[in-house]
Amino acid sequence: MKRLLWLQWIVVSGLSAQHSFTPIDVQDGGRLFRANCTICHGAQGDGVPGIDLLHGKFRRAKSDDDIGAIIRTGIPGTAMPPNNFTDFAALTIVAYLRSAAAATATTTSGGDPVRGKAIYEGKGNCASCHRIRGVGARLGPDLSDIGNLRLAGELERSVVDPDAEVLAQNRHFHAVTKDGATIDGIILNEDKYSVQLLDSNSRLISLKRANLRESAFVEKSPMPSYRDKLTHQ
Amino acid sequence: MKCLLLALMTPLLWSQVTFDRILNADKEPQNWLTYSGTTLSQRHSLLTQIGPANVKNLELQWVFQAQSLEKFEATPLVVNGVLYTVQAPNDVVAIDAETGRIFWVYQYPASPEARPCCGRVNRGLAILGDTLFMGTIDGHLIALDSKSGHPIWNVTVAKADAGYALTHAPLVIKDKVIVGTAGGEFGIRGFLAAYDARTGKEAWKFYTIPGPGEPGHETWAGDSWMHGGASIWVTGSYDPQLNLTYWGIGNPGPDWNSDSRGGANLYSDSVVALDADTGKLKWYFQFSPHDDYDYDSVQVPVLADMDWKGKPRRVMLWANRNGFYYVLDRTTGEFLTGKPFAKVTWTTGLDDSGHPVRIPEANPSREGTLVYPGVQGATNWFSPSYSPHTGLFYIDTWENYSSIFNKLPGDFVEGRRYTGGAPRSPVPSLRGTQVINRTEEEGYGVVRAFDPKTGVRKWEFKMSDVTGSGVLTTASDLLFAGGREGYFWALDARTGAELWRASVGGPVDSGPMTYAVNGRQYVAVSAGNSLFTFALRQ
Repeated sequence: MKRLLWLQWIVVSGLSAQHSFTPIDVQDGGRLFRANCTICHGAQGDGVPGIDLLHGKFRRAKSDDDIGAIIRTGIPGTAMPPNNFTDFAALTIVAYLRSAAAATATTTSGGDPVRGKAIYEGKGNCASCHRIRGVGARLGPDLSDIGNLRLAGELERSVVDPDAEVLAQNRHFHAVTKDGATIDGIILNEDKYSVQLLDSNSRLISLKRANLRESAFVEKSPMPSYRDKLTHQ
Repeated sequence: MKCLLLALMTPLLWSQVTFDRILNADKEPQNWLTYSGTTLSQRHSLLTQIGPANVKNLELQWVFQAQSLEKFEATPLVVNGVLYTVQAPNDVVAIDAETGRIFWVYQYPASPEARPCCGRVNRGLAILGDTLFMGTIDGHLIALDSKSGHPIWNVTVAKADAGYALTHAPLVIKDKVIVGTAGGEFGIRGFLAAYDARTGKEAWKFYTIPGPGEPGHETWAGDSWMHGGASIWVTGSYDPQLNLTYWGIGNPGPDWNSDSRGGANLYSDSVVALDADTGKLKWYFQFSPHDDYDYDSVQVPVLADMDWKGKPRRVMLWANRNGFYYVLDRTTGEFLTGKPFAKVTWTTGLDDSGHPVRIPEANPSREGTLVYPGVQGATNWFSPSYSPHTGLFYIDTWENYSSIFNKLPGDFVEGRRYTGGAPRSPVPSLRGTQVINRTEEEGYGVVRAFDPKTGVRKWEFKMSDVTGSGVLTTASDLLFAGGREGYFWALDARTGAELWRASVGGPVDSGPMTYAVNGRQYVAVSAGNSLFTFALRQ
């Protein structure tokens, strides 16, 4: 089976050696960031005066190693508490910050919710694939809470360059059964003998590999680029 | 790529679980669309592929191991080959019902403030359209997309830090989702509430303890009504012709010291019949007025239609935790008959209106009073079954089971246990042990079959340990049930003869259910920390 993944290795220097992080590590770092850091630093990382985590603006840290150490030990006498993370987990947060910083670099504004809603429901035709609060399709990620899960820059990158990053939980899968039926959908799970999909008809289905003539992860995102259809604003 | 995109953007309508389908769930026995199989709650399936002649060929198909050490009490739903269950306390899992492979997991971080009395458990889900509904142990009701597990809405039903919890599977009626609050050991004031399935907006609310000015309020002395418990923690039933929904109500509090709550304490230990559209009370029947023993009436109301003394009658079959079997007219609440189904010493029997005649010497005391049945009752929350095919009513029973009820003082403090005592028993209440060395006189479990019209026992199947299992029957006259000793049995529903068993390595604390995928029938039950499925050897 042909398996194509969107590997964006993030390199962080820390603990006397450079660490490479897989996209899964970066996602884990993002989860830790959202669960532990945003309550003080804000969803955009700029909630504490003088610090902008996503634009490399720190008061004390000079290196990724420093950031990782501060995440773990906190800063005595300040509101920054110690956290019970392993060295590696702390550095996945740094990796996430680096990844998000890259995505955020070109973003100049936080967006306009009213105009965004109009585009989502209008010329963007977004609900034909996405879903918000139970309304819309399920071909793409559910966007109900996407503002809490992804940064503005990451969202903008997904809109203009959908292939740049496809998270593991959003990967698509294509299969042709031995009797010629074509099945496409988001892959939910797999094992040696079967593949579980949310197919293009919104059915949860399980395919036996022995019944498939061909099957593969889909190389690119099925989402079209809106680079030439929408303005930067 | 363009072809793929076009294919992805032309979604077809996939059949949704309409309320009409739920009402007619017996027409599609391959699915299991509501907690007890149908809204009549008979836990009886019309699937017949597995029968007495071939049940010996049942073998394990797949196991789902929950990442939880809590009791696994949920009954799954199955819709079109997808099985939905709850990993305690409140993670929802969608599983391929044929292979056991997981489609998705929704993880709910229940608040540490949640304080359910008897385990961080959940008994299942409801579905309507393509939305799943779950009550949480921290008092929330959550709607999830059944295809992705993504939350749609989340409303607070009651305060977790005051002892309220939601542990039962919600019940869908028309366009509403109905849930009730657990917390009878924390001085709550119980209620049932209905929510708009689409928005989560509250549609009606019924307090199980009447407030000032309402009928029944006078059955609570002083301010005792404010903290009188009367919780709900097992799913109710629904009669579409009468448009009534029936729910069993829990014990009054404090459980074992009733000095402060003089009166009958309505509607604790009762069944209430409510208008499903408005939540208005149509009738009630109180099984254990002024309860001193924690005899919650949180049994599943089993609805059946049968000839009664020569005339067709819509009845309700009810084996109560207090040790009595009852038949009520479910149109009016009229008591039709009742008799003990296990050893009972707290009353001399029922009077003509179905009310127990109490024995004052049997009341809890400071030094302790020995009473049968014990605090967990002669039966409890686990589901009974009624088979229209055999015409018998089946329950799991704790026989020869007693407790010594101590009555202790205690004041109400919000969020703290408010029980007024500490019963002791030779049988562990909630969790069994891995070693059983009790005599039969100290308590044992048994499956019993009754003639529902008379309460006369037809047969019984004895276990060594007690049981927390529900009972499932099928139209092929099989009965499935399990026990704390770690066996899951198939019995002949006509005779009680053992036809098959599996060692599942842990207590069965759930109601078995059955479904079919691609023409193959499966039987599922959770035991210990896992869900087991069985089917005939191919």
